[in-house]
Formats: sequence, structure tokens, C-alpha cells
Amino acid sequence: MSLYQVQKLIYQLNRDPRTQERFLRERDAVLVEYELTEEERAAIVAPDIGLLYVLGVNGQLLMHFAALHKIEWLDYLERMRQGLKQHGQVREGVYASTGYEGVEAHDARLKAERETG
Amino acid sequence: MPLVYCGACSHAPGITARAERADTQTRQALHGALHKMGDDIRAARPDALVVVAAEHFANFFMNNMPAFAIGMADSYEGPIEDEAFLRIKRTRVPGNKALSRRLIEGVMQTVDVAYAEEWKFDHGISVPLRFLTPDYDLPIIPANINCQGPPLTPLKRAWAFGEALRAAADAVPERIAMVAPGGISHWPATPDSGKINEKWDREFLARWATNDRDALLSYTDAETCRDGGQGGFEVRTFIAAAAAAKGAKGTIEFCEPVPVFAASCTAARMQLAA
Repeated sequence: MSLYQVQKLIYQLNRDPRTQERFLRERDAVLVEYELTEEERAAIVAPDIGLLYVLGVNGQLLMHFAALHKIEWLDYLERMRQGLKQHGQVREGVYASTGYEGVEAHDARLKAERETG
Repeated sequence: MPLVYCGACSHAPGITARAERADTQTRQALHGALHKMGDDIRAARPDALVVVAAEHFANFFMNNMPAFAIGMADSYEGPIEDEAFLRIKRTRVPGNKALSRRLIEGVMQTVDVAYAEEWKFDHGISVPLRFLTPDYDLPIIPANINCQGPPLTPLKRAWAFGEALRAAADAVPERIAMVAPGGISHWPATPDSGKINEKWDREFLARWATNDRDALLSYTDAETCRDGGQGGFEVRTFIAAAAAAKGAKGTIEFCEPVPVFAASCTAARMQLAA
């Protein structure tokens, strides 16, 4: 239930400039409208992208939320990796990490495959 | 009028947000393929473009998630994303409320579809439009299939939606084009962003190009998640486009894995009977 509330707040923040303004101006008044645990509330306020990822926030919500906070793309990815190290695997939802060699190694592999035909 | 154009393409936000990080040749080839798609759409002289999308919580949330939705407004706004992130300026895009209503009434004969008089575009529509209709001068009719919040729309229902859209488009006097921006394998917005299952993508697109209904509908969500990631659920838009083509075969005009864009970037069209 609680993850639903976290995601609902992020959904509203991502799509609605008025909610964004309210969140800047009267953050606590916005936060009480959602049933959040103390851990969730702190993660949203920080914002702790790594913890939000581990809590199970859908990546499509989290990516927009990070962009709203001007968190650069590679930093966003790194924060999720740090979240996994600190808090363990994703607890809910379908956005669990499955392991990946990384873009640079992947690009190099594709290049090598093309060169060898 | 019979549907005048039917295609499918990628909508990955990296295509605009991280454009310069891709190899120049690959980026130019992709942009060229998407611009060509726009040229082909214009050459079909459509009165409106139906965009069958896989949106990412710009309008629909788990409080009231429709399996299908179609926009019914005279204009739409987008993208919702931070402009500096997506590198697409927020703008108003023309719609056509009266035409939407007639199409919705047609679709409703066979598929229960939600209608929406408000609709904000996210990268799922804004990225493709940036290339297909960069002047925003063609009325857009947004449609959506739930590819994000499980339980997801079953594949066979995505097919039925495509068929219903086709029947509705054929029944109005206007010239309707359709494009279905979705995704094949990808693990978007996760630490695995960039992972691509190229083999799975090419197999899916081969099934799409031959418009093999049974093969397209044979994937289970568990298999798709294992082989194609969470992003693979967006094959639903491709499936709707295949159904809308009513048996026509397709051409894959571009398909290259681009890890920094986190997808096999694709442009494809169905060869509709003239």
C-alpha cells in the first residue's frame, strides 16, 4: 500500500507544475496528503534515488523524478547502483536489476562484432 | 477512407536526451530513418495521425488504469519531462476533438476504450513527434495501451485494439495515418539501462514484418520480462500496428542496437494496399 502512495506522489510531482510549486513552497502540506512511512518520506525529501529505487518505485516514475531534480543521467544510474549496495535488492515491482556489462563494454563488444562481420 | 499509413518506431528518451553520446554515424542514420518516416507520413497526405503509445505515467496511474485510452481534445501538451533533460521544448500540439470522438465511437463497437479530454504527452509520444512532425502541424490523436502497470493489457487485446482502430479509421471520411511508438527489449531507467537483447529484437521484428499473428501473440509476459526486460512489455504497440495493417506485410527500415539510447532503435512500416 505504501509504495503505491510514494509512487502516487511522484506521479503528481512529475506531471503537474502546480504540485511542483507547492512542493517547493509548502512541502510538508503536500507530504501529509500521502500515507508515507518515515523512511519513504525521508527518501522523497532528500531525494534518495537509490533508496526509492530499492523500495520499488517504477523506473519510469523515478527517471522523471530525478530529471525534475536536475540529476544528470549517469549520476542517476550511479545513485541506483549505490542504493543496491546500501539497501540490498529491489523489494517490490518489476524494475529489479538483472545485471549488465555497462554501456562502454557493450559498445566495445558491438564494435568488435561488426568488425569481425 | 482506408488507413493511409501504418508504422512503428522507437521512443527512447535517450534519442534526444543523450543524442551526442551515440556514435555520429549511428545517430545520423537513426535520425535519417525517423525523418524519412515523417516524409512518408506526409506523402500519404493524412488529415490526422493516430499515435498508439505506451505512456509512462504522464496521464494514467494505478488509481484508475485503463487497458486502452484515446485522447479527445483539440490540443495536447507535452512533454511533461524536464525540458533540459529531454531536450524537447514543452509545446501545444494540435488535436481534433470531433474526429477523435468519431474514432472512439468506432473503436467502442468492439473494444472498451477510455476517452480522455486531457492528455499530456511524455517522451513516448514527444520523442517520435520531434522527428515525424517537427513543426507540430498535423493533428495528433493519442491512444494508449497499458504497458507499464501490471496487470498489463493482454497481447491478444492489443491486437483487438489495433483491429478496432483500423475499422474505425477506415469508416471515417478523413485520411488517417497511424504510428505506434513502442519498445522491443530494454531495461529502461534501471542500473541495467543500455542492456539490449538484439537477437530477441530481430526475431520479434521478423514476426512483425511477416505479420504473423500467432507468433506475435505467443509471448508470455514472464518470457518477455526475462528476455526483453520491463521495456519489452511495450511490444503491445507494435502488435496493435500489425493488427491495424490487416494482413499487410512490413518493412524494417532501420534497426540498430544503441546502448547509450538503451534500445534497439527501430523504424518500420507496414506496406498497406494502395
